Amino acid sequence: MPVDARQPVDEGSAVIRDLYKRDGRRVYAALVRLLGDFDRAEEATQIAFLAAASRWPAEGVPRKPVQWLISAGRFRMIDQMRRDRRMTQWSDEAERAVERLELQQDPETIEDDRLRLIFTCCHPSLSEEAAVAMTLREVCGLATEAIASAFLVAPPTLAQRIVRAKSKIRDACIPYEVPDTDELPRRLDRVLRVVYLAFTEGHSSSGGENLVQADLMAEAIRLGRLILKLLPEAEVQGLLALMILQHARHAARMSPGGDLIPLDEQDRGLWDHAAIAEGAEHARQALLSGRSGPYTLQAAIAASHAEAPRFEDTDWAEIAGLYAALLRIEPSPVIALNHAVAIAMRDGPETGLALIEPLLQADRLGRYHLAHAARADLLRRMGRTDAARQSYETARDLATQEAERRFITRRLAEIGP
Amino acid sequence: MKYLCLVYLDRENWSSCPDAVCADYVQHLVENGNFVAGDPLHPVESATTVRVRNGKTQLYDGPFAETKELLAGYYMLDARDLNDALRLAAGIPPAKYGSIEVRPVRQLDLGDTISDSQS
Repeated sequence: MPVDARQPVDEGSAVIRDLYKRDGRRVYAALVRLLGDFDRAEEATQIAFLAAASRWPAEGVPRKPVQWLISAGRFRMIDQMRRDRRMTQWSDEAERAVERLELQQDPETIEDDRLRLIFTCCHPSLSEEAAVAMTLREVCGLATEAIASAFLVAPPTLAQRIVRAKSKIRDACIPYEVPDTDELPRRLDRVLRVVYLAFTEGHSSSGGENLVQADLMAEAIRLGRLILKLLPEAEVQGLLALMILQHARHAARMSPGGDLIPLDEQDRGLWDHAAIAEGAEHARQALLSGRSGPYTLQAAIAASHAEAPRFEDTDWAEIAGLYAALLRIEPSPVIALNHAVAIAMRDGPETGLALIEPLLQADRLGRYHLAHAARADLLRRMGRTDAARQSYETARDLATQEAERRFITRRLAEIGP
Repeated sequence: MKYLCLVYLDRENWSSCPDAVCADYVQHLVENGNFVAGDPLHPVESATTVRVRNGKTQLYDGPFAETKELLAGYYMLDARDLNDALRLAAGIPPAKYGSIEVRPVRQLDLGDTISDSQS
């Protein structure tokens, strides 16, 4: 490996620390391919960075540090595997591992390794919760404790989830590969769903209270950027846009006391307008590609809301149209509800109510507190206070989160006795 | 006449029977000409269930917990990896009507004398 001795390494090894933060998971992803095992690759990654810390200060930083680390990790790991007495009965596997060393190691392969890692962690044979945990742990490199804290589960429970997922990948022989063209759309759906689940776990939490959950949003957005770079598909861009736009408004959606603030009452000065511009641009590009799907349409809706200077400026005709398009490709009752609310804003509460009533009859929305809250809002605007109060009460009784219950209680107090 | 004998074990007794005992019995069956194919499976956590509905392949983590569905047959497949096996399983005709549980076969763990063990 060529070494550029002109670039010195300072005593604090800041170069190595930065490299670990930026490229540690790239090195790891390549080592998973080369060593064929998650745990061995994790160990080899640590060994490689330790080797760098001991050699670079004297020898200088190699010209291709990531490749150097991958080489160091695999050679030292193979040495260790050979020394390991248990490996004597594993000679075939050790030899196969050595053979893999001969494989070409061009930068493109290394980039693909990260995508291989993502698709493996999000394989549909793993449960969604296992896939989310695996992706955050293996792809993003988050500590098990941090993920456990964000998902409000005990660290041993989460560690166990990861161990089981790794066993399944090994035992069932889930391959380390990017799916071929036929399989890609379906498999990508799963990847995007896992990324969005990680994001919403951070988003639905009360802002500021739990820093780990705020990190989760940032991490999911970083992951979205990475996937978009590796796999520039419209829906990847759509999901990235959606996450950026939701994150941009995050600071305004909760009061300091932890109360939910509805869109019409949010302080738009608290929104991150630079992020909104970026998210809206991603949404626009994804929409223009002509291959957009549900994430792109949701992002376009979020962009439309976010770009209105005041609530009164909201373009409800555009939003209703986007919901109608979304409803065509994803006919879910919750989307139908949002569509009805947009229609109510465009054409008046009576029209919206006529759309919401049949949705509430269907049992799937009958127990959804937001559906009753939406009905109550429309009744309130129509001046039917008694009926509105009744609907708010139903909504309050069905709400599961404390902040949601407080919000509905506040609305009840506003309409008076 | 061939008979498929399915071994059911609860979690408590999953590892109760030593693999060496099973290997001896297989040897006995082979010697008497009764053995066609037989293997132990990895635990149910390693299973993936495949269904095909409206031409779309749906994959589920774990066994499909539909007690209504009863075992109706089996295929022993030789596939490159799980993705290959799932592709082949999706092609099994009854996948359109019921579900196919895909379980990786493991090798008997007979210690140092024969290769393969868990790390």
